[in-house]
Amino acid sequence: MIEERPLFIPEQNIVLEHNGDIDPEVLEDYSKIEGFTALNHVLTEMTPPEVIDQVSRSGLRGRGGAGYPTGLKWQTVAKAPGTPKYIICNGDEGDPGAFMDRNVMEAYPFKVLEGMTIAAYAIGASQGFLYVRAEYPLAVQRLKNAIRQMEKHNLLGKNIAGTPFSFDVDVRLGAGAFVCGEETALIASIEGRRGNPRPRPPYPAERGLFGCPTLINNVETFANIAPLLRKGAEWFASIGTEKSKGTKVFALSGRIARAGLIEVPMGTTLREIVFDIGGGIPDGKAFKAVQTGGPSGGCIPSDYLDMPVDYESLLKLGSFMGSGGMIVMDETSCMVDVARYFMEFCMSESCGKCVPCRVGTAQMYQLLTKIVNGDATLNDLALLESLCDLVRNTSLCGLGQGAPNPVLSTLRYFRDEYIAHIVDKRCPAGVCPVHKREHQEVNA
Amino acid sequence: MTVVTLKIDDRDVSGRDDETILEIARENGIVIPTLCYLEGLSIAGACRLCLVEVKGTSKLLPACATRVSEGMEIHTNSERLTQYRRTIIEMLFAEGNHICSVCVSNGHCQLQDAAVALGVDHIGVPYLHPHRHVDASHELFGIDHNRCILCARCVRVCDEVEGAHTWDVGVRGIEARVVTDFSTPWGDSDTCTSCGKCVQVCPTGALFAKGKSAGEMTKQSEFVEYLVAMRGRRS
Amino acid sequence: MQPISTKPAPPSDDKRWRIVTATMRRHGFRPDALVETLHSVQEAFGYIDDVAMRFIARGLQLPPSRVYGAATFYNYFMLKPQGEHTCVVCLGTACYIKGASDLLAQLEAVTGVKPGETTPDKQVSLLTARCMGACGLAPVAVLDGEVHGTADAKSVSAKLEEWMRHD
Ligand SMILES: Cc1cc2nc3c(=O)[nH]c(=O)nc-3n(C[C@H](O)[C@H](O)[C@H](O)COP(=O)(O)O)c2cc1C
Ligand code: SF4
Ligand code: SF4
Ligand code: FES
Ligand code: FES
Repeated sequence: MIEERPLFIPEQNIVLEHNGDIDPEVLEDYSKIEGFTALNHVLTEMTPPEVIDQVSRSGLRGRGGAGYPTGLKWQTVAKAPGTPKYIICNGDEGDPGAFMDRNVMEAYPFKVLEGMTIAAYAIGASQGFLYVRAEYPLAVQRLKNAIRQMEKHNLLGKNIAGTPFSFDVDVRLGAGAFVCGEETALIASIEGRRGNPRPRPPYPAERGLFGCPTLINNVETFANIAPLLRKGAEWFASIGTEKSKGTKVFALSGRIARAGLIEVPMGTTLREIVFDIGGGIPDGKAFKAVQTGGPSGGCIPSDYLDMPVDYESLLKLGSFMGSGGMIVMDETSCMVDVARYFMEFCMSESCGKCVPCRVGTAQMYQLLTKIVNGDATLNDLALLESLCDLVRNTSLCGLGQGAPNPVLSTLRYFRDEYIAHIVDKRCPAGVCPVHKREHQEVNA
Repeated sequence: MTVVTLKIDDRDVSGRDDETILEIARENGIVIPTLCYLEGLSIAGACRLCLVEVKGTSKLLPACATRVSEGMEIHTNSERLTQYRRTIIEMLFAEGNHICSVCVSNGHCQLQDAAVALGVDHIGVPYLHPHRHVDASHELFGIDHNRCILCARCVRVCDEVEGAHTWDVGVRGIEARVVTDFSTPWGDSDTCTSCGKCVQVCPTGALFAKGKSAGEMTKQSEFVEYLVAMRGRRS
Repeated sequence: MQPISTKPAPPSDDKRWRIVTATMRRHGFRPDALVETLHSVQEAFGYIDDVAMRFIARGLQLPPSRVYGAATFYNYFMLKPQGEHTCVVCLGTACYIKGASDLLAQLEAVTGVKPGETTPDKQVSLLTARCMGACGLAPVAVLDGEVHGTADAKSVSAKLEEWMRHD
């Protein structure tokens, strides 16, 4: 496996502390950089409500996509009646074009586990699971190694650090299903079932794994916990924007001079990310759009490069924070083709349980194929738009609800490209089959 | 358990807080279309026909899976909901190969009934023309996958009421199909008790008893509720 | 529910079944061991066939259709044996933007098979993936487990042709 070094880290880094300059396989190395000081402090000097209070006051929000306030989630699970309680770390990272969580798990396995253990203490859980996609064997190996070492040092297992608190963690492998990143599907998968989502409520906080109260957080969310508690909620809250605190790790890729991992304060503009950090577009090409949020996200055009990146502003632009993939596109990418690409993804990743997503994604994919082939009419476009509305509003889970977003956002900013394919039978970027046909006709 | 009062389609109604919107609507004679729901079985929330509008949330909520609460204001039949329901029915017709005139369930099909009730008079969404097969290997019953809407009622009744779990869903997405055992022929099944419950609960002509010709297959799915109630009484 | 401690007899005296049984035992032969057990079969045998599914169903006391339903839900599980060598082309977004579909088309031409298939001589299986988490190196191809970044059709084709010549 290839190891990647972060491209850029701001002065106040949180998740990618020490630039990955420690041996991720050695517990003592992690201890040297203040590893486990937060855990020891929490276990010996703080009550669970105090821990939750710190996390709430820091303003930390979930890094797995939707940005739900982490402290609030912890509090709900802590209060939920029923035992045992479970903790799940979501390391499924299914968004194609995202590799932040992979890096965090590979380079900072102890930090993720420290965060989980603190969370377990705060909510009263005795068993945790790390759900990691099978495509990340190195992450799995390092996490398993870290668990063994922590057990040896009495940082996991019975009576941790000599306190009454006990907590065990196990790794579970994903098996190639994007929908298993959705929390109810993930739970079904750990229970050994097909990864079908189920209606919420009840939320996992009340009825989760094996029917018990369950806390689910993303890898990066857990990686924020130890630094946050070490340096304090006020320090954490001083970074970022009014509603989005702290930093965010992004995976920068696509048509960009320097691709790689970056950690920037929330509120950094897209321009700073793409041009100052990423070095802009190579080969003298022009920037066209940046895709965020994966298959539930959207494409943001150059007009909005100066927009600060946080949860709210991305939503306002018709995109989504997602887990942090940022794919840069230049003039050689066709936006209709990109929309079709994501629809194909959602269609093949749909679990097939609910009708709008199972059938609707297949139908939208068929309509988009007609468009790129130059066989569509404006009626097909109208039908596509009404299916987008239906699938978004009636699907059971976030996969179906988000599936229309790439189409809707490209229609919002690049409608002329759709019209060119449909009316003029022409692909402006010159990539779609309609373009190739047009050229054959000219040559004939 | 407490009694709550709420409004459904501007009518004041009341019920227990452990009941769903659908249950209370039915107690009060308010019709909400459903396909995957069947009284006596667990809730799937899969067909999305029963979605309703609830004041205070922009999301549409499945009536079959949503508990009522005090002061809820629910609308079950806005123009928007009817439009969505029509399209969902059209999707189900376009997804399979439904040739009603030759179907054993013609005239007794819950998909047909829903289409009529909602005024679906044409299919406006693209047909998918899938290749699906028929398994006629069982002595008494057959399944025509062309007519299956994947409501998973057969899967649930077989598991939850008969306790055989012969059926499950295989593969996923648009390729998903209900399967018996290891997707092996139904007639070879080691687990099937030939009780026929799946056939009775299937809302379409997908599952049928052999020897019926077009329009002859009538089903009794209400028995599930009865069976569950009887069992509850015994234990 | 009473955990079952007696193990079912393996389908053959192939030693690899011991690994599978060990996985089931580690999880107390509980139903939630299903996905982990499928992983263990795939790792030991390279694919999961009918015989393996029957063994798991008995071992974990699960209905056959539940085992089949889970095995076919997850893309990672193969129900057929793979070729001697595997070539996985990443079709994740970053790779797609960098021309992965052209790369795949050329490899299809070289091998004469579609993604998910194996060449008739059983030498090469052509597969696709959804992001290998190496997007910075897009487009990515994985040849027999080894990640190749900024993969170009020429060098990958050359490797596949070499594999197909050795039989
Ligand atoms: C289709 C789908 C895929 C998802 N994939 C992931 C994922 O890969 N990783 C992740 O952390 N969250 C994913 N989520 C979000 C999770 O459901 C859940 O909200 C998240 O793990 C909660 O953690 P957080 O509060 O720390 O963000 C996904 C959601 C949906 C609907
Ligand atoms: S929205 Fe799609 S993935 Fe989610 S439950 Fe429905 S079919 Fe499954
Ligand atoms: S066979 Fe009938 S009951 Fe079973 S899923 Fe299909 S339509 Fe529903
Ligand atoms: S009846 Fe409620 S979703 Fe099908
Ligand atoms: S998109 Fe190919 S490695 Fe991520």
